[in-house]
This record gives sequence, structure tokens and C-alpha cells, in this order.
Amino acid sequence: MARGAIEIRRAWLGWTAAGFVAAVVLVPLGAVIWQADLSGQALTADWAAVRFTLLQATVSAFTSVALAIPVARALARRRFPGRGLLITLLGAPFILPVIVAVLGLLAVFGRNGLLNGALGWIGVAPVSIYGLQGVVLAHVFLNLPLATRVILQGWQGIPAERFRLAASLGMRPRQVFRVLEWPMLRAVLPGAVMVIFALCLSSFAVALILGGGPRATTIELAIYQAFRFDFDLSRAAALALVQLVLAGGAAALALWLAVPPGFGAGLDRVVRRWEAERAGLRLFDGLAVGLAAVFLLVPLAIVFFNGVSGLARVPGSVWEAAGVSVVIALVSTSVTLILALGLARRGEIWGYLGLAVSPMVVGTGLFLLINPWASPIALALPVTALVNALMALPFAVRVLAPELARVEDDFGRLADALGLHGWARLRLLLLPRLRRPLSFAAGLTAALSMGDLGVVALFASPDWATLPLQMYRLMGAYRMEAAAGAALILLGLSLMLFWVFDRGGRVDVDA
Amino acid sequence: MLTLDGLLIRQDDFKLKAEFSVDAGARVAVIGASGAGKSTLLNAIAGFLELSAGRLLWCGEDITGKTPGERPISMLFQDNNLFPHLTVAQNVGLGIDPGLRLSATQKDQVTEALRRVGLDGFEARKPGQLSGGQQSRAALARVLVQRKPLILLDEPFSALGPALKAEMLDLVGELAAETHATVLMVSHDPEDAGRFAALAVLVAEGQASAPVPVAELMANPPEALKDYLGR
Repeated sequence: MARGAIEIRRAWLGWTAAGFVAAVVLVPLGAVIWQADLSGQALTADWAAVRFTLLQATVSAFTSVALAIPVARALARRRFPGRGLLITLLGAPFILPVIVAVLGLLAVFGRNGLLNGALGWIGVAPVSIYGLQGVVLAHVFLNLPLATRVILQGWQGIPAERFRLAASLGMRPRQVFRVLEWPMLRAVLPGAVMVIFALCLSSFAVALILGGGPRATTIELAIYQAFRFDFDLSRAAALALVQLVLAGGAAALALWLAVPPGFGAGLDRVVRRWEAERAGLRLFDGLAVGLAAVFLLVPLAIVFFNGVSGLARVPGSVWEAAGVSVVIALVSTSVTLILALGLARRGEIWGYLGLAVSPMVVGTGLFLLINPWASPIALALPVTALVNALMALPFAVRVLAPELARVEDDFGRLADALGLHGWARLRLLLLPRLRRPLSFAAGLTAALSMGDLGVVALFASPDWATLPLQMYRLMGAYRMEAAAGAALILLGLSLMLFWVFDRGGRVDVDA
Repeated sequence: MLTLDGLLIRQDDFKLKAEFSVDAGARVAVIGASGAGKSTLLNAIAGFLELSAGRLLWCGEDITGKTPGERPISMLFQDNNLFPHLTVAQNVGLGIDPGLRLSATQKDQVTEALRRVGLDGFEARKPGQLSGGQQSRAALARVLVQRKPLILLDEPFSALGPALKAEMLDLVGELAAETHATVLMVSHDPEDAGRFAALAVLVAEGQASAPVPVAELMANPPEALKDYLGR
């Protein structure tokens, strides 16, 4: 019938994209399952890694969310100078390269960091950032902003009229909490915890630098070690299988809890809260926001200042690596955008495959597939770009899908009536109408890819690296000044890529 | 001639049947209470809704299986008739070639159509810079260049004031007369219907009945129409 004919014509890009994603995810997974050594011995040896992965993800998720509640509440009910800037900055850790964040945390909490300097001065024994506490610290640093934004959105979902009514009924803060805020939190918190738990399950770079050893190794890190140190492919595959089950389950659960996207608009509204206008609560809110800002900004400020003085010591290899990273970022951005456009209409679920499988799992599978035929190292660049594209795909699809649905709702019939199909529909309707979300998705993807330190660690050879990997090597060689310079370059490039793409979608856009 | 042959549209528990023909060049008002299925009928004719049964014929040719773009139909919706990111000239040009690759002659055609609806000089404007009436005119200019023999109007002028609405209907009448097009227009205003169309199709109680002269229908309204008119 009529409708069927249109659907078939329109669907080919979607089917191609879905088929591609399925192939590059499921085929490597097949290779992993085929190769996995599931004998009891291999698994007992890595039981500690499984336990540590679950433990650190649980502690990280609950800590991040618990700390985010007072910060979100303060942001929801207080107006103060810099509030808008702070909320914008809360979106930044998403595109902040993990290794840069870790370097900043080392500068504050590390052996020679600010904290231990202060402790030594008052004669207290130094604390160590390595192990569980360091991994959790870094995860809270990276996820507190996300949790804050998600919970803040929940707060702002409560209509202002409810607070007005509460005020006219003379409710006290505790009663307002029970009647209005707690029901909202009960709806929002499980999703927030689950998302952060899922993100922390696949943590690699943090564990690589701050963890390690038998007591603080995540499964992702164990996969990497099985590769790099033992070249035990069947053990790596077995670990990848375990990781797949854990991360896939967590991602499915997180999606099922329907998490609101953390990067939404409309966070600039402050609802007047009559019951909260007391000095004690003001002070509490001020402390919450102040401490969060110090915790998040001081490490980054140190990265910046150390980076400026370290720039002169940056070796040429860093600039080469920067070039490689930019190329990879641009390639993965193109791939992600094409796939996301294809999947955003009806294939959203395929886009989320990237959440269920971790980079190391896909990387292991691709390695297993490539290894018999060619040197995986020779294909490191395209593989890294591809895996980075897959990892950013869920976010790009999430950004595009609702916008595309809106364009089709508003103009789909008109376009059909005019016979706008295929390329003409893409060029004349979809691309121009989707310019903003497309640019935003491109910015996210480019920044994520730029800062990623994951699968590239499996594939890279000593004479070749991406910028995050090169920075890691400098840190490993204790060339901290050069590493600080590299961190500044990495941070600058990530932010610049995001800014250039996102900006491109904002200038000269028609209503 | 447009023929609705044993047409049945089913949406959940809503059903609409139609069995009639409309002569080429006729102007027909589709009237009925809101929710009766007037827009549904037009959307089915335009190909946006699947038929549960029956066939649609245009001049003897079965168009049931064709996509909306392939049908001999121009349709104007209640809103979103123009792409806000394209210029007026581009919006009109889409009626000639959906890929917007226009020859010089075709570009002249666009200019001419805009002149015809009183929008000369507006080529480079975006819809957001036009008033409601001007937007309607631009959409009509596209209908004009499309040269389709059947025009469906799903209350595209309902947001305009009475005088402007009457002006637009007159313009549609002129354009349709020039191209000898058949026009089906949804209306819930009997006055509009009488002013624009000689014939009316009544949509009520799951049935779109055959067109009858508007004057006759108003003079001797069936029960369903009486309720609607409040008589």
C-alpha cells in the first residue's frame, strides 16, 4: 500500500546503518565467544578483577549521586552570580579527557600533591591516591557533574506552582521535602545511579593509572594486561565475555530505567522557594556549591597552570600524536554522524549497542579477527576510529532521535507530498533542519574520540600513539612536565573540536 | 474524475466509508463536525493513510498504491506548509523539482507564480519574515507551479482572519480555474463552503456521502448536519 512504499524507500539508510553496526559489534563478539577459555582455572584467577570492578562501580555510583543531591538542590533554589557558568561547566566533564582529569587529581591528591603537602605541614601521614579510594575519587570527579545535572533536571521538573501552594500552606522545609522533593528523587535517583554504575563498570583509563595490582584491577584493565603482558588471547576473550555480560546487563537496566539525558536545555530557571529562605539553609547550599566547585575546578586549574609552564618541554612526538588524534577524531565523527542519521528514525536500539559492549571487548574481538590475516598494529588507526565512533554513537543517536522525529512530524507529510525522497530529502529537509543537533553530536563525538584512551592501548606500537596514549607514556616515564604540557594540548584540542562543531551549528540558523 | 470506490478507512475503533465520484474541475467542500473524519478523508486521498478496503481512481487510473508524491495531488495542511529554513523561491521551486535543480525557464516559472499570488520581490525571504497571509500566498504559489489536477485543502487558512481567509479562497478559486483543477476543501464554516464551492460532501456517522449542491444541503439538512449547525 501507499505507506509501505514510502517506508521502504526511506528505510534503506537505516537498514544499512543497523547492519553495519550489528556486523562490527556482533562479529567481534562472536570471535570473543569462540575464543574464550572458560575453564575454571582462568576464571578463578580473574575473580578478583570481577569483584573489584563491581565494588568500585557501586561505591562510585552511590558516592557521586549522594554528593550530587545537595549540590543540585542548591542550584535549583538559589540564584547567585556565576550560576549559569557553573551549570555550563557541569556539562564539560563529559568531553573532558579522562587522563587529563586524572592528572589534575594527581596534582591535588597525589604523593606530591597539594593535599599531602598540607598534611605533611601539620605533621599527618600522607594519604595514597592509588587503589580503590583513588579509582572512586576519579569516578566521582568525572560523574558528580553528570549526576548533578540529571538531579537538577528532576528538581526543575517540579512545577513552580507546587512550591507556591506549599508556601501558602505554610509547609516547612522538611514537609516540602517529603511531599514534593522525595517523590521526585525516588523517580530520578535509580536511573542516575544505574547510569554511573554502568559507566564505571567499563572504566579503563582511571584503573590503568590509579589502580593496578591484584587488588585494584578492573576487568577492562585485566583484558589489556592479558594482551600486553601475557599475550594470552583466550584469557582476554574469557574476560571480555564476562565484561560483556556485566556491562550489557547494566546498560540494559540503565536504559530500562529511562534515564533523562544529562545534557538538556532549560537548566537556567530558578524557582522561588519561600520555605528555604532562612540563613541556615542558605549557608548549607552555599557550602554545597562552593565545595563542589573547588573539588571540580582546582584540579583543572592546576592542569592549566602546569600545562602552560610544561608546554616548552613537550617533545615533538606529542605534536605528532596530536595530529593522529585529530585525524582519528574527524574520521570517527563522520562515521558516527552517518550511522546516527541512519539509526535515529527507527533503529535507535542498534545505536545503543555501543553502551552494552565496552571498547576493550570490541577491541579484543577485532584483534582476534584481524590477527590471523594481518598485523593488528597496522590497522590500529582505522580500528581506533571505528571503535571510538561506536562508543560515541549512543550519545549521538540520543541527541538526534527526538529532533529527527520532530522534523518528520512537522514536515514529513509535506516532504512526501512533494516527492522529496532520498538524497533530496536529506539535503533539503533533514540536514538543514537538524543542523544544531547534528553539530552538537559532532562536537561530542569529536571530543570523546580525541580524549579516549582505550582500545588504542591494545593496538598501538611503540613508534605510534594517539595524544592520550602519548601523554600516558610520558607519565609512565615520570616526565611530568612534558605530560602536563601534553595534557594542556589535549584539553585544548578536545574543547576546541567541541566548540568548533557546536558553534558551526549555531551561527546563521533560521527559526 | 476522482472516484472513491468502496473506500474504507479504519483507525482503531474509528471507521469511515466513502463511495462517490467528483467530476474533474469541480469544487467540493467537505463539511462535518470536528472529529467526524474530514481530515482523515483528505489524508487518505492524499496517500498518508492506508486504506483498509477499496480503491482510489483518478480518471480511471488506480492510484491506491502510489506514494503521496506520485499522486496527481497538491495538498495544503493546517500548518507547516513551508520549510522555514528555505527561501520563498526555494519553497515554491520544490513544487517543480523536489531536488531543486531548476532550469532558467523553471526559475522564471517560480518568479511568475510569486507575481501571480502578489509576492513579487519576496523570492529571497524566509517564511519567518512573512506574515500569515503572505505565507499562505507562498504555499499557493507552489500549488500553482505544481500543476497537479487535484488540490486538497485541509483548512490551511484557518489561522487567518475572516477577510484574509475569504481573499485566499478567492485566490484558490482563480488559480484552480486557470489550471482546471479539482478542489476538495475541508471546512467547518458553512458560509465558506457556500462561498467557495458549489458542491458539498457531508462527513458524519462514519460515512462520507456523495457530493450534493451546497444550497440544497443547507436548505434541507439531514439530522447529523442539523445537530452540527445547531438548528
